[in-house]
Amino acid sequence: MEERPTSVWSSTRFWRKSAGWVTGVSALLLIWLSVDTVAQISMGTDEDMQAKKPMRIFPSTVINHKVTYEYDAKRGHEVPVIGEKEAFFGRSDYSPEEADALLRHGKLTVQAKNCMSCHTLLGNGGYFAPDLTKAWLDPAWSESGPYMAMTGTATREEAMAKFMMHPSTYPTHARRMPELGITEDEAKAIVAFLKHMASIDTNGFPRNFAKMNGGVNAK
Amino acid sequence: MLSKHSEVKWESQKLAINYFRVAIILFLANLLFGLLAAIQYMYPNFLFEIIDFSVNRTLHINALVVWLLYAMIGSVYWLLPEETGIETVGIGIGKLLFYVLTGAIAVVVLVILIVQVGAGNETTIWFINEGREYLEAPRWADIGIVVVVLGFLANVFLTAFKGTRTGILTVLMFDLLALAGLYLAGMFFTKNIAMDQFWWWWVVHLWVEATWEVYVAAVVGWGLIKTIGANRKIVEMWIWIELAMLFGSGILGLGHHYFWIGTPEYWWEIGALFSALEPVPLVGMFVHVIYDWGKQAGKKHGVSNKPAFAWFVVNTFGNFLGAGVWGFMHTLPQINIYTHGTQWTPAHGHLAFYGAYAAILIGMMYIAVQGKYGLKEMRFTAAGKWGITLLTLGVLGMTMALTIAGYQQSMIERAEFGATWQGYFAAQNSRWMLQAMGWRLAMGVVTMLGFVLLFKDLLTIGPRLKAEEAAGVTANSGAASTIAEPAQA
Repeated sequence: MEERPTSVWSSTRFWRKSAGWVTGVSALLLIWLSVDTVAQISMGTDEDMQAKKPMRIFPSTVINHKVTYEYDAKRGHEVPVIGEKEAFFGRSDYSPEEADALLRHGKLTVQAKNCMSCHTLLGNGGYFAPDLTKAWLDPAWSESGPYMAMTGTATREEAMAKFMMHPSTYPTHARRMPELGITEDEAKAIVAFLKHMASIDTNGFPRNFAKMNGGVNAK
Repeated sequence: MLSKHSEVKWESQKLAINYFRVAIILFLANLLFGLLAAIQYMYPNFLFEIIDFSVNRTLHINALVVWLLYAMIGSVYWLLPEETGIETVGIGIGKLLFYVLTGAIAVVVLVILIVQVGAGNETTIWFINEGREYLEAPRWADIGIVVVVLGFLANVFLTAFKGTRTGILTVLMFDLLALAGLYLAGMFFTKNIAMDQFWWWWVVHLWVEATWEVYVAAVVGWGLIKTIGANRKIVEMWIWIELAMLFGSGILGLGHHYFWIGTPEYWWEIGALFSALEPVPLVGMFVHVIYDWGKQAGKKHGVSNKPAFAWFVVNTFGNFLGAGVWGFMHTLPQINIYTHGTQWTPAHGHLAFYGAYAAILIGMMYIAVQGKYGLKEMRFTAAGKWGITLLTLGVLGMTMALTIAGYQQSMIERAEFGATWQGYFAAQNSRWMLQAMGWRLAMGVVTMLGFVLLFKDLLTIGPRLKAEEAAGVTANSGAASTIAEPAQA
């Protein structure tokens, strides 16, 4: 038996009970919030996207559409906006199954090549290379940027795919991307992954992105 | 630590020493691959397409996580028989699991170093590289780790139930159970990157900012009782306060990783409110114990292991600065929107991992050396003093350099250029970034020198002090010591 403490503040029993309650309540709150968050970050369906229902994570078929990043006055920051149909590697009619398979292959390749060890995805990862969160929308890959001309391609997706298949052919900075043996199929799938990631509602991260000169829908 | 000399009577403690041996080798790997990566920031052609930055960084951070886990398991096997008063139950299985785990880790390291990457399919995820920061170990190894940890947990629980179950052990038991369970949240594949990162943080955050911190509170409490005869009642009271504070803020503090990964806005407020000042009670425990020791306990108990105690001091304040202050500096969403994904994170990461985890576990290694050679007391050697000084200065120096790098990256890349690729390279090529990276490398070399001295000390201090004791030299003759009586184990 413990000695009776002179004050509750020096009572081990009091602190042990407090620790138990605090831990239990915090864990329950976290579980409750996680259930809500998981529902919100589950991928939406193609039908809901076509019906313009709001969602945080668009379905894989978002690759059939133009994605822009626009200022939302109500929320006070930029949000992804899904526009009209837009060709992705010459097609804008990927079925949900085809798009899912492409995105899955892209994500698997991003993991298999350990992209995250140099780049950041949604801001998490290594800091040796640019953040990929909104890479799809970056002015560097637009018609006014250097990469399309350098790779001799006419579209964003082709420029990205060609670059990552043979990065050493296109040295842009002293710090170069190594050859990772990315095949053409893998490169297309990675670009689909990047386009999908750019459409994620990241609560305005990174700040000011769409206001930059040459950015998609600069306003 | 290498010699066969052993005055350890518990098999559990012999196993602990094996865990510490592997831990120190992995600590070397941790620093070595970190240095290579730091060189690549300065000289990008260095080892290009041989051991790329991505490979070095993967090995740098994974060696860190694994050496800390090894030393954590080792520390528990060390203190378990002393707390319970009995030999660890299932020690035979414990030894077998040690060799299984070490073999598996060796294979994982070699595959990541030599094979590096694979084709974009499930086979790569299962056998080469899972490609998720900190959790790069392929899936087969994940399953192996879970099996080994379950075996370890079974040993701890069975021993605690059979022998004396102290407050420290009760905290450790439940903490280790949570720690092991959380690892399961990282073992699945999804094509949805937001969902991936959501659960990834369950493992990474709830390990390093919750369960690992509670582990440290329990072990440092035990260490203070061991080294300076701290009053167990004071220690156990503070451990519960620390647990309440850590889990109270650490569990929902997970929200500060959910600002920008696709998760809802309500995490802004939750993440900001439950911030990173969890290590405050640890300082409270330390100050309280030292006050009590100065007034009361110190009259009958000197510092029985000075190097270990010094490392506990580094732990207490390093944890507060690295995890607490450096964490809080960029945890509010209003600041984090500019700092998330910049050099701010490694600035915080380096000091926090060193202060919160490396320091306490090195302290435990010194306690093991003392036990192994049956030394009544352990004083500092020159190598030990220089080791702790250079390691601490090196890590503080890297932290300062990376903080400057982080500041200027936030300002140039984020504030000026809106986080575009052009902005990224403008920041990376700025003179201030290059200067900061130069200092980081220099301080990395200082850290490595500190490690070499620490390594030498851990290998030689035992036999040396044992010989001195045998020759009748009083261990405290050379140092400014106030030791009155030998340690009461």
